[in-house]
Amino acid sequence: MSATVSTDRPARPARSTQELRRIITAKIGWVACGLALALVIGPLIDIVWVVTYNGISAFSPTLFTSSTPPTGVGLWNAIEGTIVISIAAMIIAVPVGIGAGIYLSEYGNNRLGGTIRFMSDVLTGTPSIVLGYFSYICLVGALGWGLAAPAGAVTIAILIVPYLARITELALRQVPTAMREAAFALGAKEPTVVFKVILPSATSGVVTGALLALAISVGETAPLIYTAGFSNYPLDPTAPVHAFLHNQIGYLTYVIWTFIEQPDQTSHALAFAAAFLVMLFVLLINIGVRLTVRRTAGVK
Amino acid sequence: MTIRPFRLTLLTLSLLIPAALCAVVLFLLIFSWQAIGFSGLSFVTHEFFNMGQIDSDPVTIRGLSVPMGADYGIFVFIAGTLLSSAIAICIAVPLSVGAAIFLSEIVPARIRPALSMLVELVAVVPSVVFGLWGVAVLVPFIGNILGPAISHALGFVSIFAGGDSGGGYGLLAAAVVLALMITPIIATTLLDALLQVPKENRESAFALGATHFEVVSKAMMPMVRSTLIGGIVLALGRALGETMAVLMVSGGGSNAMPTSIFSPIATIASFIVSQLDSAESDPTNMAVRALAEMALVLFIITLATNAGAKLLSSGVLQNVRNRKH
Repeated sequence: MSATVSTDRPARPARSTQELRRIITAKIGWVACGLALALVIGPLIDIVWVVTYNGISAFSPTLFTSSTPPTGVGLWNAIEGTIVISIAAMIIAVPVGIGAGIYLSEYGNNRLGGTIRFMSDVLTGTPSIVLGYFSYICLVGALGWGLAAPAGAVTIAILIVPYLARITELALRQVPTAMREAAFALGAKEPTVVFKVILPSATSGVVTGALLALAISVGETAPLIYTAGFSNYPLDPTAPVHAFLHNQIGYLTYVIWTFIEQPDQTSHALAFAAAFLVMLFVLLINIGVRLTVRRTAGVK
Repeated sequence: MTIRPFRLTLLTLSLLIPAALCAVVLFLLIFSWQAIGFSGLSFVTHEFFNMGQIDSDPVTIRGLSVPMGADYGIFVFIAGTLLSSAIAICIAVPLSVGAAIFLSEIVPARIRPALSMLVELVAVVPSVVFGLWGVAVLVPFIGNILGPAISHALGFVSIFAGGDSGGGYGLLAAAVVLALMITPIIATTLLDALLQVPKENRESAFALGATHFEVVSKAMMPMVRSTLIGGIVLALGRALGETMAVLMVSGGGSNAMPTSIFSPIATIASFIVSQLDSAESDPTNMAVRALAEMALVLFIITLATNAGAKLLSSGVLQNVRNRKH
């Protein structure tokens, strides 16, 4: 066997110690890099697996019909509260964020635009608990809104507006200048150009930004604890509006945080079910957005 | 100059962002002003946070009504914040550098998008879900397997001792969860930079007879070093302000300096969440003001870190260095 090999090609000179060392270093290096990637992806798979497995084991129709203990053994109040807070936050944040994005992209190439961009980045980097504490002393305390949905929604809105603004700006900047010039040449005014030409051609980017912001608002906990409070009761459709505006409200992430600390299995199951719902929603939005963005980018 | 109502409306909307930021800083500053005046510099130098006897009658010190014995020091939380983030960075940097190199060099281009998406998805998992996973999986693992193993092997060094006694909650658990959360930030930043290294640089290194690994480690990594450092500092900014995951796995050991990597800790962010309830029962309101001052300190720390990241990635320092040569 070895004889045939040696006749096929000329004998290779023995490797020097240095060459051997370089080859071995490279081998060890690649194995270490592969291990590192496994250690990054492994925990994600484990998180998804643990939460999905325990979440589905705890799944039952009562989750959607009954409220958190001691009121019931479900999550309905929390699901409802998360929907209310997120939608209210989006209603506040989307006009501001998209408006700011339009300004930054269309008229923001000056010092003022640069300042707004910088402040927006600072706000993005601000820890969410700092925003929550601000709302606690300002909205809940000084303005007397109390622990209730409005304070929570405004806090979340402050948190997501900078994301919306920057993503909208990026999306609008992708629209070719020629389209703006063509519209202006036809005699269109600024609002017409923005709303009939630029925004429609950047819809997918703007919607992407809004969906990502929605995912963030559903997954947040820290800014809500001292603004929205928590309630074990579902919203009462017969109650007057001011009760809704001044009563504490439940949300899913609070259930995850507090119920896993309880000693009983029922609470743990509810915490996992809540985590499963939140994670499913956040991951589906993010995967969906990424796949769509990649496909449209590929087509271009 | 003509007034353009459309532009003016958009400008007003976008000015709401700086307005919100200024409101946050101003309100925290005004609200915590009395606490700043009361504590002075001892706020950051005194080790422990003591709300005083909030049940008995308040006393007047320096013209301010405060609970008897109140002494607000946050040194221990600054230490907890910096230590947990520093350990998290030490764990996350090698992992994300390795992962990014593997993704850019070994993984075939066809499946690279799928794998890099998985890495990016780690960043979007809500922090409370990380906390849940930490409580359910990581804490028992550290308490039963990793902690005893580390203490058995390295227990003669005091910072590694005590891993067999605790339940797993503590500095190490917090650091590992933080490391997982910030890894994608560093890894994706580095991956983008590595994929942008010019083909010529790679090919020249290969032509000199370098092994593939040497091409990466000696020709490509030095080119992306400033991007990597920028990404690391950005990740540090995220880790410093992280609240829920740390709160859930850190053991909530307020008012004790960590003595080993298994000690329970509290960070500035987690302490604010865990103590606001009891601070509210202070009739003089000084404890709530002191917590607002803590929030302000946390804001300043993260602002400085993020500004540093921006400075590093914008290449300002790079230009300075080049000019020196």
